[in-house]
Amino acid sequence: MSLSRPPLGERSTLLQMNHVEKTFRGNIVALKDMNLTVNEGDFISLLGPSGCGKSTALRIISGLMQPTAGQIRWTGGQSKDDLGVVFQEPTLMPWARVVDNVWLPFRLRGISYNEVKDEVLQALKLVGLEKFQRAFPRELSGGMKMRVAIARAMVTKPRLILMDEPFAALDEITRHKLNQDLLALREAIGCTVIFVTHSVFESVFLSDRIVVMAARPGRVIRQLEVDAAYPRTEEFRTSAEYAAHCREASDALHQAIGEAA
Amino acid sequence: MSITDTGTETPLVDQEELDRARREKIMRMARWLLPSLVLILSVLAWHLYVTIAEVPHYILPGPGLVAQKMVEDWPLLWPAMVITGRLTLLALLMAVAGGVVLAVAFTQSKWAEMSFFPYAVILQVTPVVAIAPLLQIYIDNAFMAALLCAWIVAFFPILSNTTIGLKSADHNLEDLFSIYGATRWQKLRYLYAPTALPFFLGGLKIAGGLALIGAVVAEFVIGRAGTGLGLASTLLEASYRFNFGRLYAALILISVMGVVIFALMSTISYLALFRWHESALKRE
Repeated sequence: MSLSRPPLGERSTLLQMNHVEKTFRGNIVALKDMNLTVNEGDFISLLGPSGCGKSTALRIISGLMQPTAGQIRWTGGQSKDDLGVVFQEPTLMPWARVVDNVWLPFRLRGISYNEVKDEVLQALKLVGLEKFQRAFPRELSGGMKMRVAIARAMVTKPRLILMDEPFAALDEITRHKLNQDLLALREAIGCTVIFVTHSVFESVFLSDRIVVMAARPGRVIRQLEVDAAYPRTEEFRTSAEYAAHCREASDALHQAIGEAA
Repeated sequence: MSITDTGTETPLVDQEELDRARREKIMRMARWLLPSLVLILSVLAWHLYVTIAEVPHYILPGPGLVAQKMVEDWPLLWPAMVITGRLTLLALLMAVAGGVVLAVAFTQSKWAEMSFFPYAVILQVTPVVAIAPLLQIYIDNAFMAALLCAWIVAFFPILSNTTIGLKSADHNLEDLFSIYGATRWQKLRYLYAPTALPFFLGGLKIAGGLALIGAVVAEFVIGRAGTGLGLASTLLEASYRFNFGRLYAALILISVMGVVIFALMSTISYLALFRWHESALKRE
């Protein structure tokens, strides 16, 4: 079920953030006037230094946090089935086997395992862990745990997957591999992703749009398009095109850090 | 376990590994042999001391006399042990039920916790020996009074451990459950309860021992009224009659009960956790 994504300018809107602000304890501005349009099929990276409000933006989109001002508008309204999430930690239930961890989003909707067995096993197969379905999380490596978390996020085929620095704690080799696999997954299931990262290289490799943010107060300072074609392979990492985009994103990031300092 | 690259199937075991295997074997045997040896030597020393120093049996009976009393008085000791055992297990079961229900109530409702937690603490810190005589006055049935007494001692570790456990859930998992729209019940059932399990089991181990202590204290105080409760009453009565052989027999049986309860709780804990929890994992 491969999905042909329309080009960037012709995608239908999934959600819009309008003048979203978040203030803590009355005077700490975590997020200032954020406007963002997320389209169906987008892979958007939120790139910025720590304290720039990336995670706050993600929490507001996920509904865990209410904005102080502004609003988020989902096309066709929002239901709790719309989201999948991957955190920086794999965040698996240590007492549950891999299959049961992936089944969780369905289970919380009151759907029995037998009804969704195929979906759960399919998701595990997509992340390459079908052989480990009976394992407990402690038996898996860090990268494998993260794959389970990704399988859990996409098993319900949500309209939007939020990823909060999911690969930050992994080693470089595992990280590259997971970057690749994530893109392959996206081709396979056609999901929309918002990906928080502080790595320029990762954001360029993965996304078709990069939202560069600055800190104090947290805000969007630039939006870049990475128009390189998918599927992107390891060769893309060494291409001139990749280097040019990295330079552009890197400059924007330096500007973000410079403005904050 | 490695295979040599010449293709032969003999595992390559070097001297170091042989030594380690031998050491492990000795350690396994020593784990049983050493305590057994200490036991035998102690009993022997006890016997020799009593015989050589001619200690009168109403001061310290020899091991032979204790063994003899154990057999002779078995028709008396066994029913007493059953009573104490029933008292301890019932108190423990009630402590589990009460402790868990209260812990869930406390974590589900801040108001409940704020209102009642201080009183749970007061109940815990007031020495049970001081309450027991009162219970005896207000509750006609001696067994019920003793049960309540043992329960008061045993329930607090379950309550406090389970409460901490229920509050120890991974914050990201809590967020995840919220994002997926989990109900309060679902969070409790699928997140907080499994998180609390290792804490609860830790509390259970302590509560098992405390239930026995509570039962013994209750029998000391309440059984004095001639109601003829279990082992501890038997022990006390034997001391009044200078029947020290029976006293020691009863004491040994109480210890055995304590050991059995601890072993039982440890086994339950291991069976519940060995698949996933760090505390039950063998490390390489």
